[in-house]
Amino acid sequence: MNKLNFLQPDKNNFNTYLYTGVILISLSIFIVFLNSFFNRDIVSFLPGTISFFLPLFLGFIGLHLIRIDYSGLKFLDSINKNINTNNFNAFLSLIIVFVVIKSLPPLLSWFILDANIAGDSKDVCTGSGACWTYIKIWFNRFMYGMYPNPEQWRINLSFVALAFLGTIGFFATEKFKKYLTLYYVVVYPIIAFFFIFFFISGGPVFFDFSYGIIAAVISVIIGFFVPSKFKMYYFIIVPITVYILLKYVFFYEELIELGKLETLEWVETGAWGGLSLTFIVSFFCLIFCFPIGLFLSLGRRSDFPIIKYFSIGMIEFWRGVPLITVLFMSSVMFPMFLPEDMFIDKLVRVIIAISLFEAAYVAEVIRGGLQALPRGQYDAAKSLGMGYWKMHILVILPQALKLVIPGIANTFLALVKDTPLIFVVGLLEIVGMLNLAKTNPDWLGFAMEGYVFASVLFFIICYAMSKYSYNLEQKYKTER
Amino acid sequence: MNIKKILPQLLTLLVVILIFGFFSYNAQVNMENRGITFGYGFLSQESSFDVQFSLIEYDGSHSYFRAYLVGLLNTILVSVIGIIFATIIGVVVGIARLSNNYLINKTAAVYVEFFRNIPLLLQIFFWYFAALRALPLPQDTEPMFGVFFLTIKGFFVPAFVWNNLDVFIYSLIAALISIIFVRIYARKKQENEGIQTPVLSISIGILIILPILSFLFGGVDASVEVPVIKQLSQTGFTYEGGIKLPPELISLALALSLYTATFIAECVRAGVQGVSKGQKEAAASIGLTPNQVLKLVVMPQALRIIIPPTTNQYLNLTKNSSLAAAIAYPDLVLVFAGTALMQTGRAIEIVSITMLTYLSLSISISILMNWYNKKIAIKEK
Repeated sequence: MNKLNFLQPDKNNFNTYLYTGVILISLSIFIVFLNSFFNRDIVSFLPGTISFFLPLFLGFIGLHLIRIDYSGLKFLDSINKNINTNNFNAFLSLIIVFVVIKSLPPLLSWFILDANIAGDSKDVCTGSGACWTYIKIWFNRFMYGMYPNPEQWRINLSFVALAFLGTIGFFATEKFKKYLTLYYVVVYPIIAFFFIFFFISGGPVFFDFSYGIIAAVISVIIGFFVPSKFKMYYFIIVPITVYILLKYVFFYEELIELGKLETLEWVETGAWGGLSLTFIVSFFCLIFCFPIGLFLSLGRRSDFPIIKYFSIGMIEFWRGVPLITVLFMSSVMFPMFLPEDMFIDKLVRVIIAISLFEAAYVAEVIRGGLQALPRGQYDAAKSLGMGYWKMHILVILPQALKLVIPGIANTFLALVKDTPLIFVVGLLEIVGMLNLAKTNPDWLGFAMEGYVFASVLFFIICYAMSKYSYNLEQKYKTER
Repeated sequence: MNIKKILPQLLTLLVVILIFGFFSYNAQVNMENRGITFGYGFLSQESSFDVQFSLIEYDGSHSYFRAYLVGLLNTILVSVIGIIFATIIGVVVGIARLSNNYLINKTAAVYVEFFRNIPLLLQIFFWYFAALRALPLPQDTEPMFGVFFLTIKGFFVPAFVWNNLDVFIYSLIAALISIIFVRIYARKKQENEGIQTPVLSISIGILIILPILSFLFGGVDASVEVPVIKQLSQTGFTYEGGIKLPPELISLALALSLYTATFIAECVRAGVQGVSKGQKEAAASIGLTPNQVLKLVVMPQALRIIIPPTTNQYLNLTKNSSLAAAIAYPDLVLVFAGTALMQTGRAIEIVSITMLTYLSLSISISILMNWYNKKIAIKEK
């Protein structure tokens, strides 16, 4: 029989230490559990401070007793290795466990047990818990803003269609795989634009949109297939000429009118809002900020001094100011810079402002990727006789973009999280709608529910995005 | 001359000039139509609006320039508070993320994932409109430690009342300067003779002794003024004396520091993980104690990775503090780009001043950072 030394448990008398320890730990957890779930304090006969610290003390001794190296029990070993390596760790682990046990009942009762969801007025919310009725009644407003109720199918339909079109890439056969980039970069955004432009708004809301712009865009796309010898001259001359010809010479007013779908009711952008506006703004800013950022990053590394310093200036300017002042600028200062008869919708101004702002961040991220590529890649591409654009499109950018997927994903996440700021110009996406609903006299005092609801939504969206970017990163990871 | 080199540049220049020309022409026409003349003279005019919370003396009779200063100081105040707390929380959480204790590690991970995935604006609103509104009224407040009062109207803390504050500040400055000298001396001594001097304890000693001397001989005197509850009307109560931190400041600082701390935590984690294991093993094998390994080998290398992105986060925090406008904390954007702009209608001047302020701040810090990066970069032969 070995002597029991409680200060240094070892493998002799293993069972004694183990049982004593487990009993002490269970006792301490049991005390806290009873206290928090059933509000019973079974150690209340002790003086205040001692009864408060008793569970901690018991658990601490228990964890100390079961800390036996190489005990042979797998479970015990993994506990010792993970939460019980030394006294300090044991103490912290205990505190975390107790805090979790302590905070479960109030959270549960607020979220579920004492919460109300039935009924359709404030009067049903009498309990101490959350009033989910408030969310239920205001759900449409939080999702669609002030968009008229009978027209909301248009938003739903557009989003479903766009989501479907967005997943086409997964079903593409090998034959069409090579066109996917073109589809996602050019075709898909245009389709999305038409959906939002004609379907959700129902008319020429954004600016005096004419077929000249469409023709110019199409001519730019065609330009990529022009032989490289004439490409530069083509890009300089053709799109602008087409636009000017179509807009001012051939057609003028008639085609603007054609842009309207008469059967759909026109909904002005001021009425858009809620989560759908969050999606619309983030979607367009994502689409626009990426190419702008790409060109800025290439410009910053360019050999042409004018382009280089222009790019540096743009990047440093947008990165140096807070987004809220940019939005202020777009709402109060920008109209001063336009002719009096020219009006740009505030949603468009906001999208332009946020795109330029985030493009600067994207540019810096991509520059990081470009700098990380070894010089050999450039030299090899040049030695094959590739020109600047061919080299970048075929050799440099695919590798550089692969490297910076996490950085770009972080920038996109930041963009989604920045969209609530558009309240500055009076557009109410979900957070703005929450603030509006909160001040409604019939529904005072439910700020907490609203913010928790929005937080959960944003958390789901952003967490899913970050996990997806992690998957992409793993998928495209190549050993160098 | 190669036309392929000149043409794109000329074209860019042309487009930029055209756009700028278009904008400035329109701006001129618009301002003429509205009868405004461009100029910064309005800065010296009387502002005639009041600001809720200001660090310097200010009321409606002061100039717009002083209103700008008030806003700037408030921005700096909330940024400094936010930076201090974000650093403390961030470092603790970052180290917790590295812990081999599963529970601590996961708790820190949950905190980071949760707070960085929720928009900052939503967090500010949550603290201001939901959490801080649940605080008790002044008359029902239980004091913390007898002197702090956390109420719905703000956080009331005791204030120090100083005599000869300047002497005290001089003593602090003197202490800092002498600490720098001690460090230089200690480094020289180690390089020449190989003897280590206990710099840390000497520094702490100086930092404590010099201010105490100023109390004893410099005539410095400090007393504490505890806030006292005061009845304004039948149901209205407030506290008098001490310092009042308005709830806007508290919620803003809280949200900023909790949000930015998640990013700082990731920087710290990346920095410590970035030091390769071989470095620690090599340091241990030449007989350094674990403390010395941490102090002389791991930390200098980790800090090299940690500091640049963390400075970036500080900058982000400062820029994010402009969200104050959403909860009416009188910062630069709210006071100057909000109220002053509404009153004067000088959109171009005011927005440009506001942007320039932030721009000069961030550019100066990034220049400083570039200099620092160059200085600490590993010199490869």
